[in-house]
Amino acid sequence: MSTYTVPTMAEMLSQGESPEVLFWVGCAGSFDERYKAVTVAFTKILNKVGVKFAVLGPEESCTGDPARRAGNEFLFQMMAINNIQVLNAYEVKKIVTACPHCFNTIKNEYPQLGGNYEVIHHSQFLQQLINEGKIVLKGGGGFKGKKITFHDSCYLGRANDVYEAPREVIKALDVELVEMKRCKTKGLCCGAGGAQMFKEPEHGKKDINIERTEEALATGASAIAVGCPFCLTMMMDGVKNKEKESEVQVLDLAELLAKDMGI
Amino acid sequence: MSILPQLAFILVLGIAGYILSKRIAFLRRNILLGKGETRNDQAEKRWKTMLLVAFGQQKMFKRMVPAFLHLLIYVGFLIINLEVLEFVIDGIFGTHRIFHPVLGKAYTVAMNAFEFLAVAVLVSCVAFLVRRNVMKVERFVKPELKGWPAMDANLILVIEIILMVAILSMNATDQILAQRNHPQYVLLDGLFFSGLIQPIFQGMGDGALVAIERIAWWFHIVGILAFAVYVTYSKHLHIFLAFPNTWYSNLKPKGEIENMPAVTKEVNLMLGLATDGGSEAPAEVGRFGAKDINDLTWVNILNAYSCTECGRCTSECPANLTGKKLSPRKIMMDVRDRAEEVGKSLDTGGKGLEDGKSLLGDYISKEEINACTSCNACVEACPVNIDPLSIILQLRRYVAMEESGTPAQWNAMFQNIETSFSPWKFSPSDRFNWAEKVKNEEIK
Repeated sequence: MSTYTVPTMAEMLSQGESPEVLFWVGCAGSFDERYKAVTVAFTKILNKVGVKFAVLGPEESCTGDPARRAGNEFLFQMMAINNIQVLNAYEVKKIVTACPHCFNTIKNEYPQLGGNYEVIHHSQFLQQLINEGKIVLKGGGGFKGKKITFHDSCYLGRANDVYEAPREVIKALDVELVEMKRCKTKGLCCGAGGAQMFKEPEHGKKDINIERTEEALATGASAIAVGCPFCLTMMMDGVKNKEKESEVQVLDLAELLAKDMGI
Repeated sequence: MSILPQLAFILVLGIAGYILSKRIAFLRRNILLGKGETRNDQAEKRWKTMLLVAFGQQKMFKRMVPAFLHLLIYVGFLIINLEVLEFVIDGIFGTHRIFHPVLGKAYTVAMNAFEFLAVAVLVSCVAFLVRRNVMKVERFVKPELKGWPAMDANLILVIEIILMVAILSMNATDQILAQRNHPQYVLLDGLFFSGLIQPIFQGMGDGALVAIERIAWWFHIVGILAFAVYVTYSKHLHIFLAFPNTWYSNLKPKGEIENMPAVTKEVNLMLGLATDGGSEAPAEVGRFGAKDINDLTWVNILNAYSCTECGRCTSECPANLTGKKLSPRKIMMDVRDRAEEVGKSLDTGGKGLEDGKSLLGDYISKEEINACTSCNACVEACPVNIDPLSIILQLRRYVAMEESGTPAQWNAMFQNIETSFSPWKFSPSDRFNWAEKVKNEEIK
């Protein structure tokens, strides 16, 4: 029996190898207690399927997304240019990430600064693996026949028009996908985008994540699937606020698949 | 026959043309107060976008009821304006229904179609008045619509109703006179809708009917010309500007924020990297981000003048939905109002942009722009592809880079990114710790 491996680019290079794809973990994936489980789940799937991947490990830095959206273009470009230097030094061609913010920034905003890569979100990557028959699902993972709703992340959906890949992943699970009233192009933000994750909201009559959680709970789903670390935090907080955490789980797509695969 | 009416008509036409051309020059100058931006790429895709979104009203149909009513008014506007062409020719040459001999029977068919549309426009305008003033649809009673904007919306609807009543009255009296063989009037093969209101006028003498017919004719054409001028002072400009506005749509992925090459240059110098333009100091970059309208791009200002204040953006905005001050519609109205203010000041020898006021501060507050989640719901919702997010982000850039005035928690986040390369305060050396456990786990 062998153990899971998480090779870094540096290790690969020293062995004269290069990966098919770089897994960009992101800051939430590296540091956030809850989201680290998503990183692990995705890593396990990559191992299980036999995808030759690598991570940057300690050489990874924030993409600069929150700095740019909060108006600090200098800081954004400092981060971007440094990251691009690292990625280009390793001659990275293809990147997969579980964070729609990293996905959007590297895919759409790095090219003007000299970083040109094929960038895909893990929902698209997982969908491909399922379509190619590389991920074999047992069906359910505890959710067989139950209702699951998907919360669209703004930076995956409206920002980059990725609506179907995450839904295809859920449908592959032999569960009932139920849609919220506001979904796809009309999906309601969780409240964390545009650097809102890093400050208290402005004065208002309600928090955005509560509004969204109410909508998700109204579907009667037993799990809310997400594809973004910020959405995961916001929806979990919302479910906790509504005291529904014993009935409704908030899970990332990779976690749903890993559960089903029994890993 | 007196030539006076013809002269009067030509005079009215000339005055309207003169005012319109002045207004168009004023609006054009105001839009060009914005910074240059080239959006002439992908012409084919741009034409297609304009055709679908402006001409085809594609995005209106996200909400079926208003889309249907709006479509009737839109088609009415396009088709009834064909009749205006006849009005203008008749007015100049002193003729009456000049297209009738050319079109023959088809003329009656066309007139009936126009009348049907006139009634459809009338009904739609009444429905819209009810939605605004009786049902009080939420997006029409937001704070930014108080006062002139609400009045503007109602005025347009009332004017359109009056214009439609005029056209129907004109046709009704015209045909009664024709039935009485009054000279100059042409009997058509029956007009359905104006026929329904003929009984109102049947008892009147020829003189009174001619008077009503002529008044209605003049009212309709002068009304249309006046409306054309009014539109340039109103949110109703969208009827023209929706076309260039959609042509100049942002065709990039919505998540992509415009790069700032001036910053790239400085960052490259700072990091000791080669820059494209050699090592000379960067040319005058002006302000970082936007404080006033001249810091925005001309497309941003064109967006503002194209806004018809429908509020679909605001009704989808997560910040506004949860009671925050931010309203994307208000952002667009503020940009337009500031452009108008600066434009008027420049035309009257005032201080223009140097009047001590600015878009950020006097019109838009930090509280508003700070509440934005950059979710693009407003951009997606806009029926004419207006981009309020682009403006919000440029204002944020000014606050962050010129004023260092971002909220304290954002400053802390900036500091974390600078020192630990993560928005949270974790040691960079711990970044890879997540892998320790899984590396020791056996693959099942």
